[in-house]
Amino acid sequence: MRTEPVVLTVAFGYLALLFVIAAWGDRRAEQGRSVIGSPTVYALSIAVYCTAWTFYGSVGRAAEFGPSFLLIYLGPTLAMLMAPLLIRKMVRIASTQRITSIADFISARYGKSSSLGALVALIALIGITPYIALQLKAITLSHAVLVNYPEAAEFRLVEESFWADKSFWVALVLAVFIILFGTRHLDASERHEGMVAAIAFESLVKLVAFLTVGVCVTFMLFNGPGDLFRQVADTPELTGALSLDAVPGGAIGWVGTLVLAFLAFLTLPRQFQVLVVENVDERHLKRASWLFPLYLVAINLFVIPIAMAGLLLPMGNSDPDSFVLTLPLSAGIDGIPLLVFIGGLSAATSMVIVETIALSTMVSNQLIMPLLLRSKRLHLNSQGELAGWLLGIRRVAIVLILLLGYLYHALIGDSYSLVTIGLVSFVGAAQFAPAMLIGMYWRGATRAGATLGLMAGFITWIYTLLLPGFAQSGWLDATFLAQGPFGLEWLRPYALFGLEGFDIYSHALLWSLLANVGLLVGVSLFTRQSPVEQTQAALFTEAMNPGLEHTSLWRGQTTRGELKSLLSRYLGAAATARILANPQDSQADETPAPPALIARAEQALSGALGSASARVLINSVVRGEALDLESILSILDTTSQTLEYNRRLEQKSNELSRIGEELRAANERLRELDRLKDEFVAMVSHELRTPLTSIRAFAEILRDGRDLPEEKRIHFLEVVVLESQRLSRLIEEILDLARLESGRLTLSPQRLDLAALVRHSVDAVHRLQEDRGVKLEVDLELDEAPVIGDPDRLEQVIINLLDNAGKFAADDDPRVRLHLARHKHSFRLSVEDNGLGIAPDERERVFEKFHQIKRYGANSGKARGRPRGSGLGLPISRGIVAHLGGRLWVGDAPTLQGACLVMELPSAP
Amino acid sequence: MSNSGPHARLVALIGLAALLFSPPLVLIFDRPSPTGPSWLPLYLFVAWLVVIALAAWLMEHRQEES
Repeated sequence: MRTEPVVLTVAFGYLALLFVIAAWGDRRAEQGRSVIGSPTVYALSIAVYCTAWTFYGSVGRAAEFGPSFLLIYLGPTLAMLMAPLLIRKMVRIASTQRITSIADFISARYGKSSSLGALVALIALIGITPYIALQLKAITLSHAVLVNYPEAAEFRLVEESFWADKSFWVALVLAVFIILFGTRHLDASERHEGMVAAIAFESLVKLVAFLTVGVCVTFMLFNGPGDLFRQVADTPELTGALSLDAVPGGAIGWVGTLVLAFLAFLTLPRQFQVLVVENVDERHLKRASWLFPLYLVAINLFVIPIAMAGLLLPMGNSDPDSFVLTLPLSAGIDGIPLLVFIGGLSAATSMVIVETIALSTMVSNQLIMPLLLRSKRLHLNSQGELAGWLLGIRRVAIVLILLLGYLYHALIGDSYSLVTIGLVSFVGAAQFAPAMLIGMYWRGATRAGATLGLMAGFITWIYTLLLPGFAQSGWLDATFLAQGPFGLEWLRPYALFGLEGFDIYSHALLWSLLANVGLLVGVSLFTRQSPVEQTQAALFTEAMNPGLEHTSLWRGQTTRGELKSLLSRYLGAAATARILANPQDSQADETPAPPALIARAEQALSGALGSASARVLINSVVRGEALDLESILSILDTTSQTLEYNRRLEQKSNELSRIGEELRAANERLRELDRLKDEFVAMVSHELRTPLTSIRAFAEILRDGRDLPEEKRIHFLEVVVLESQRLSRLIEEILDLARLESGRLTLSPQRLDLAALVRHSVDAVHRLQEDRGVKLEVDLELDEAPVIGDPDRLEQVIINLLDNAGKFAADDDPRVRLHLARHKHSFRLSVEDNGLGIAPDERERVFEKFHQIKRYGANSGKARGRPRGSGLGLPISRGIVAHLGGRLWVGDAPTLQGACLVMELPSAP
Repeated sequence: MSNSGPHARLVALIGLAALLFSPPLVLIFDRPSPTGPSWLPLYLFVAWLVVIALAAWLMEHRQEES
């Protein structure tokens, strides 16, 4: 089972399987049936975090440093919990800006600065390439252990020629794989579906392999975890192996490593690649935010049992890092060691694949393209298609990065600095965190601040971790570790400024982040942003603002033709046609390109070349500037105010509907008034016609009947005179009413005695009432009742009231009673009769114009010779009294049980 | 429920996780068990699983709501 041909066949067979899976994934994507469109596949692809360093190294770390290995996975758990808040924003930014890598992300945030992008790419290249070498080394080492066991692994890289080293061939196969599946599209921001499918598959393989070996060790070499830990307890050397004492740096080292893993998880280029660039759907983050931590728990479940088992069993002088492989080998279980080897291979290859894609994109887009574009615009003037060139650059970069990784491994594979590169890389990658995270939330972070912060952090990292590592590998004089450079003790790299008691990683993280964040914030506060920077800062910090989605940020002018030739030069004819294809406009090349089209072109170029280069290219054909900060801010403010506006709008519309209701009511009233007016006119005409008709009739009789008896003539003339009087009275009343209603009634208010006025009025009507047989009772409680009023008008009111009462008193023994009394600060004059009274629902209607109570129809009044009223007396009286500040209403008759009209006037001061 | 509810709950969970994984609490559990080594790894795994279970409940629950 462990012979060289079998191992090689299985290993390369496994790699071939990856090709098949990736090809299948890509074909499915082309057919539109994506296999990676599920949150589970997304979570599995994030598990590229677990490299060969996890697969083999966790056990070694647990054996050596106790539970501290768990911190490497607790940090990412915290980070994934924040996915719906933090990573979602990163994904949103990356998809709107077509970000291709973390270097591109940082460069885009700080004004699409090509120098900053290049700096990030350079740091990543220096910090991460050794990490790739570590994976290749793990492959070589595990292969050697597998084939040579039980002899010690012959690890003689220097003596062996590279063609005998399996990891060289693995690297070569991986290069082909990455070129095939990692550079299919020119647009690096597009998803590599086949690759992600293969990575997810590899994550499953390594999990299954590790769980298998864990179960195998715990239950076959021991009788379950209980037995295992009993034996651990019985071994004195192992007490304390799992406590915090074993953790370097104690509690501080604990927190430091937790923070380090948290930051590195977000900033390692391969994690950025799978988390952000390869994310197909923001909603996958929700599921992944707990599924991925669960994966981490699962893959770490058996780390401690395996480590303890390795320490308990007589394993010779086997390296703890190889326990995963040597334990099943020593037990002689067939098949398991091969499975473990494949698991380790999958962990290593998945990391190498993703990391290489991420690094090659950075190298081609942030390092090489800007240089090419700057070199006299070489490619801008050449007419050939550059799309092929771009892919070529990326492919060469892939081969070079893998070659570099292999060289590291082959030349310094056994050195201290490579063995420890895992956490060293973490600290290096963590230097991107301030520029990235602070830049996402603080609009004021400037390019100068980010650049200086990154540089300071990078230099501190080199000084506190990389150089000491070189020294421990024997390439530098190691005395500066103990005594500091030039004998300056306070500059010792592992105890900078005398800070001791930290583990080296927490120490380096503290100082590098302090320098990094300090300069980023400090310099940002004292530098200014360029307009592009301000724009980009606003776009990044406000990425979750929904108003930004459909904003085109270009205002410059160019023609479609220019845009087309630019795109086709860099992206090829097919892609250009796709970008410019718009069913609505098939216009000529000379027409100006709309801003949306320019934005689309820039995005497409960003995806292929990185945002900094894309901007340079677009600037070369577009005259004018991108949208300035004010416009961006106004867009943002507009959108953030939209809710407020909506609220106000709602208020307004409520108000409007209320006003509409009022208007409708007013309209109703106007219609009613109009109807009343028409009625009034009709009434008036009718009332005028009646006396006029009789006047005319009697006048005609008089004219024609010359031989009428004298007494008849006199009677007729009397009727004519009476009717004329009635007519003129009616006209007088109508005029009064009109004056009252138009407010033109002129009153001359003066101080007067109401009691005297009443007496005077009674005198005036007394005779008339007596003629009609009405008994008038006058009851004045007061001798004097001073009020303010117009004497003539008030007398008119009183006479009208008395007249009405006389008319409506009972037919037999008609009685009218007038009563004047003080009521609080006013005087009440009530006139009642002993008639039938007024029904309660009629009481207000008697004050309507021309209203006449039906009961007292023409007959009953006329029967007694009482003149009919015009129906205007009460409305006019009420108007007059109201003008004088008093009231007139129908009340209950206290003594005579008929109708009672009450007038109230305020007493004069 | 207010709009900030799910977000606030998530932030609270992150705080809880950070607390559970950090020294003051970690130190409490860093003592040897009667049957053998320190309780610490067991505590960490249990706390880890509790946090994941809470997160899963929060996320999937929220999916239904939205």
